[in-house]
Amino acid sequence: MLQLMNTHFASEQEKLLHDIGILNFVTIELSLYLDTHPADRNAMEYFNHYNHMTKQAKKEYAEKFGPLTLETADTTDCGTWKWATLPMPWEGGCA
Amino acid sequence: MWNYERRLEYPVNIKESNANLAQVIISQYGGPDGEMGASMRYLSQRYSCPYREVSGILTDIGTEELAHLEMVATIVHQLTKDLSMEEIEATGFSNYYVDHTVGVWPQAAGGVPFNACEFQSKGDIITDLMEDMAAEQKARTTYDNILRLIHEPDICEPIKFLRMREVVHFQRFGEALRIVQDKLNEKNFYAFNPGFDCDECSGKK
Repeated sequence: MLQLMNTHFASEQEKLLHDIGILNFVTIELSLYLDTHPADRNAMEYFNHYNHMTKQAKKEYAEKFGPLTLETADTTDCGTWKWATLPMPWEGGCA
Repeated sequence: MWNYERRLEYPVNIKESNANLAQVIISQYGGPDGEMGASMRYLSQRYSCPYREVSGILTDIGTEELAHLEMVATIVHQLTKDLSMEEIEATGFSNYYVDHTVGVWPQAAGGVPFNACEFQSKGDIITDLMEDMAAEQKARTTYDNILRLIHEPDICEPIKFLRMREVVHFQRFGEALRIVQDKLNEKNFYAFNPGFDCDECSGKK
């Protein structure tokens, strides 16, 4: 999807999760800034840009590896409720 | 309401057990300047805040603190989940182990349980924001102290991330305090409590 850092990743899943972490962090940081600077148009443009990229990346992750959010949970293809069966974030590894 | 996201705000992948470090780091879970107090402080204070943009920053930082709470719990969990009985006895972890096995429970490094007295919700937004700024600095100092005790990169990196967020939150609360003061009488910020004495000045009516 995008080349944010030259870090080595063991799998495509690990890389995509890493990218989501960076993209979502930018949106969190911008949202806090905008809370106290609600008229800053440049920051709003950045927010919209990264928010869109974050959503796309989470959608791609859900399609390939399972949902990180209920919003992207879709059971029509596999017939399994992956939201319940995927590893939890504290298990380490890819999470 | 809240939605859960099945990932950490910053990755935590610790390979080796270390009961001594877990006993120190757990303070940022349930200790006096930890993430449980931080999230409960901001999320409790926002109801009596009379200014919408300031309630907004309290909500969003309080929400981020919940993600930090999960990161600290993950660090403690990964440092303790594979401990052997020999390691538990040799490291002084047995006092914790006897009550919680290797479950994650909110306490300070010294064993004092989490207590809501570790934060305030005073119903006065100037007072609350002053506490919030102090809280971010106290948490930053705690992370600095933790960083002097650890040398393993897989533990240092998430702790450094958490430390950095304290600095950013301090900055945002400082801006929130200025927003509040700009709405008050510059000759006497304390003439009245804008969340209690005055509907007109809050803009909410």
